[in-house]
Parts: sequence; structure tokens; C-alpha cells
Amino acid sequence: MDRLTTFTGFFKSRPGADGVATVTDGLSQTGKTGVRCRSISLTYDNRPVFDRFSLDFEAGACTCLLGPSGCGKSTLIRIISGAKDIAYRGEIQLVEAEKGLSVAWMSQKDLLLPWLSVLDNIMLGAKLRGEGDETTVEKAYMLLAKAGMTGDGHKYPPALSGGMRQRVALLRTLMEQRDILLMDEPFSALDALTRLRLQDLSATLTRGKTVILVTHDPLEALRLADRIVVLGGTPATIVGDIRPGGVAPRESGGPEIVKEYPRLLKTLLGGDGA
Amino acid sequence: MKIVRPLLLVVSFLICWHLLVQLTKVPHYILPGPVAVYLAFIQNWSVLLGHMGVTLTEIVLGLLLGTILGCLCALTMILSPLLKRWLLPVLVMSQAIPVFALAPILVLWLGYGIASKVAMAVLIIFFPVTSSFYHGMQRTETDLLELARIMGGGHASILRFIVIPNALPAFGGGLRVAAAVAPIGAIIGEWVGASKGLGFYMLHANARMQVDRMFAALILLAVVSVGLYYLVDFLLLKIIYWEKPRELYHE
Repeated sequence: MDRLTTFTGFFKSRPGADGVATVTDGLSQTGKTGVRCRSISLTYDNRPVFDRFSLDFEAGACTCLLGPSGCGKSTLIRIISGAKDIAYRGEIQLVEAEKGLSVAWMSQKDLLLPWLSVLDNIMLGAKLRGEGDETTVEKAYMLLAKAGMTGDGHKYPPALSGGMRQRVALLRTLMEQRDILLMDEPFSALDALTRLRLQDLSATLTRGKTVILVTHDPLEALRLADRIVVLGGTPATIVGDIRPGGVAPRESGGPEIVKEYPRLLKTLLGGDGA
Repeated sequence: MKIVRPLLLVVSFLICWHLLVQLTKVPHYILPGPVAVYLAFIQNWSVLLGHMGVTLTEIVLGLLLGTILGCLCALTMILSPLLKRWLLPVLVMSQAIPVFALAPILVLWLGYGIASKVAMAVLIIFFPVTSSFYHGMQRTETDLLELARIMGGGHASILRFIVIPNALPAFGGGLRVAAAVAPIGAIIGEWVGASKGLGFYMLHANARMQVDRMFAALILLAVVSVGLYYLVDFLLLKIIYWEKPRELYHE
């Protein structure tokens, strides 16, 4: 029996009344749904961003949301995170979630606190909840070792490079031990090489988790995603749904990427309405 | 160079002062030379020291009390937007009243002792402390608060681990201003009505044409104020260790 956490939108939704079919196709890796978005409608500045939009995210798989700027990708992530300042209609269900604390969030900005050491930054969540102990510290050191930063725990964020900082932000996200990871363009501020390295690290460390990754970069989506959902139009609809196959992280010049890249670009350009 | 520079400044100032007095032949009751002031300083050393103790106590107490009250006020405004809407206009309006005009009333209410001077210092520093701390906390990045919310942090822990540390650099700016202006409050209070303190001593000496003593007290006051400012500056740099002072432009 699934434990369900449901956020219902600002206005009460009427499930089933609007007759929009949910996109489910049973091809998921675990066959289970991790996050269910039902009939989401919201407007921003009198512009409809979503109109009865439904999408299921598979549990234990990485789903990339791709699409032009302002198409609502980040907004979708924010309402999944439970943001209270966005009024929407519809329903978000987090399957197997406990007490509503089931998601971890990573943004384009590293959001490291300059007054905390790298180690304390990684343990920020535990500190905020007042639950840090020795096992927390041990776990943080273990994560640092996995990211190749064994000796860097005592350093302070201003002493780190952009790639290192984002790596610490990734560790802080993983430290939360959540089933669902929301990643909002996590690597877009990095240079190309650092980005590749971080994608590899991220794909390895987040394996088995439900990842929802928002990105502008089709190549990033092809490297990391089990499934790529392309959004486009106003209000946003799903204009493409691609499963690259194989295991992430894929090689940049690998066969899956070479095969899918032209099709994905075409979908993106088509979805842009250009 | 760190010690040589201020020393050089002081010495050249003293020489200029001495030359000015020698060349213009100003009467000693208008402007005494540095030597006369030095002699007055030596002769009245213990008396001056006693008055300095009183003034320093007033300044430090005013600084501590004003900082505590200012921080409490800023925290209240952050925690309760409703109270903020009432408090902020009152706070701004209170700045329209010159604090100096309040000095006689404070002396009338709180007496000739130390309390009225401490109150003056508190009144003078309350606004820079409150305003800098409040706006420092308010400037916390939205994404940072969003991260803390998703992590499941409560109000108190978000305040403690994120909002307050985030406000400290701005608060430090306000506290430096406070350290620099707190002596003004104490001295004004002593001028209006007191029997102790450097301000009282200066007024007393002035009335008796003992201008050399007045200058000695003035210099002592300047040394105390500058010392206090640098002490606060030093402590702030230690507390806010992640903000390194830097030059915007090169020499």
C-alpha cells in the first residue's frame, strides 16, 4: 500500500471532472509512479502557464523536463516542492512520502552559506531540523569522499571554485536522503568540462532515486535522463516524450545520443513555435 | 607601516598646531599650544581619569543597551509584519525629533546621574542599530528561505542558522556608526546637567577660562572614542569572519 502525500492546489480540484488523460505508458523502470501531477492549472501575469496539465514521474528514474525559457518547467518543480506562494488548481501526489518531507531541492545557484564550513553546509538540513549527531557527520564525510573532496570538509565556500561549490550543493541535496530529488538547472552555470564531470557524479550518486531534472540543455537531458519530457507552447503541453535507452551517464558521443539528438532538437524547435 | 602611519599623522598635526600658535600669537585662552595642553594634562591627570571613567561607563552602557533594544526591535519587526507596520513609522518619525532637544527633558526625568546620559546614547544609536539589523535580515535571499523550507526547518532555526548570520555584515555597518556616535549622546547629556564626566569637566573648565584643561579633556575624549570604535571594528571582523575587508580600487 502506497503512502500518499497530496498537495491540493489553492482552489479545490474536481478530480475526473475535466476529462484530461494522464500520460502514463507503463514503460517505467520500476513500474511505479513517484510523483503524480493531476490536472494542474495556473496562470502567471494573466497568461495561462498550465491548463489541466497532467504528468506522472516514475519512481526511481530520472525524468528530464526540457523546453524553452518561461514554459513553466521551474514552476512545476516549485509546486511539487510544496511552495505556498504559487496559487494553482489541481493535485500533486508524492507517492511513498512521509510527513510531507520527501523532496530535496537543488537549484542553479549553489546557495552555500559562507559562514559555514563545507561540512556544515552539507549537514544544513540536519542542523535546521535540530537532528545532527555523529552518524550525520560520518555520512557527510562519506559523501565528501565519494565526490573526491575528502580533505575539503573544513574549507569555507568562498575558497572554492564554482564547480566545487556546486558539487557541495549536490552533496547537501543527497545528504537529505529523500526519495525525490528536484533539480532546477543544477549545472547550467558551470563551464562545459566541469558540467560533464558533475553530470557523471550526479548520475552515479542519484541512481535509484526519483529525479526530476529541469534543463535547457538537450545534451544534458540525453546524457542523464531515463525519460525526456519536452514541454512547449502556452499553456504548456507535452510536445515530446523520449526514452534514450541505456544507462546514465551516457557518453557524449555515444550511439543513443547520436541517434536521438537530431529528433530531440527538432521537437524542441517545433515546440517553440518557430 | 601600520603603526608608523598614525604616528606620523599625530606628530605632523602637533607640529602644525604648535607653529600656528607660535606664528599667529593667539592668546592662550583662545587656543593654547600643545605644550600647554600637555602640561594641563599632566597636572590634572587623576581628575581627568576619574571623569573619563564616568563618561566611558555611560558610552559603553548606552552602546550595550541600545544594541540590545535595537536588535529586539528589529527581531520583532521581522517576526511580526503586523507589528512592523505600526513600529516602522514610529521609528522613522522619532528620528525627526532632534535628540539634542530631548536632553533637558531626559535630565529632568532621569536626574543628574548616569541614567540620563545612558538614555541619550541609547536614543542616538537605536535607529542605526535597528535599521541595519532589520534590513540585513530582510535581505535574505528568497531561494535560501525556499531551501530551508524544503529541508523542513522551523521559524526559529531558520532565523538562527540563516537569517541572522545573513544580516550580520549589514548589522556590523550599523554598529560601527553606533560606536562612533554614542559618545555624542553621553557628552550632550553631560553638558545639560551633570556633576561628573568629561563633558561636565570641559564646560566647567571653559567657564573658568582654563582652555588648556578643556583641550586636554577633549583630546582624552577623542582617544576614548577612537579606541572604542576600533575595538568594535576589531570584534566585528572576528565575529563576521567570512566577510574579508577589501579595497574596491587599487592604490
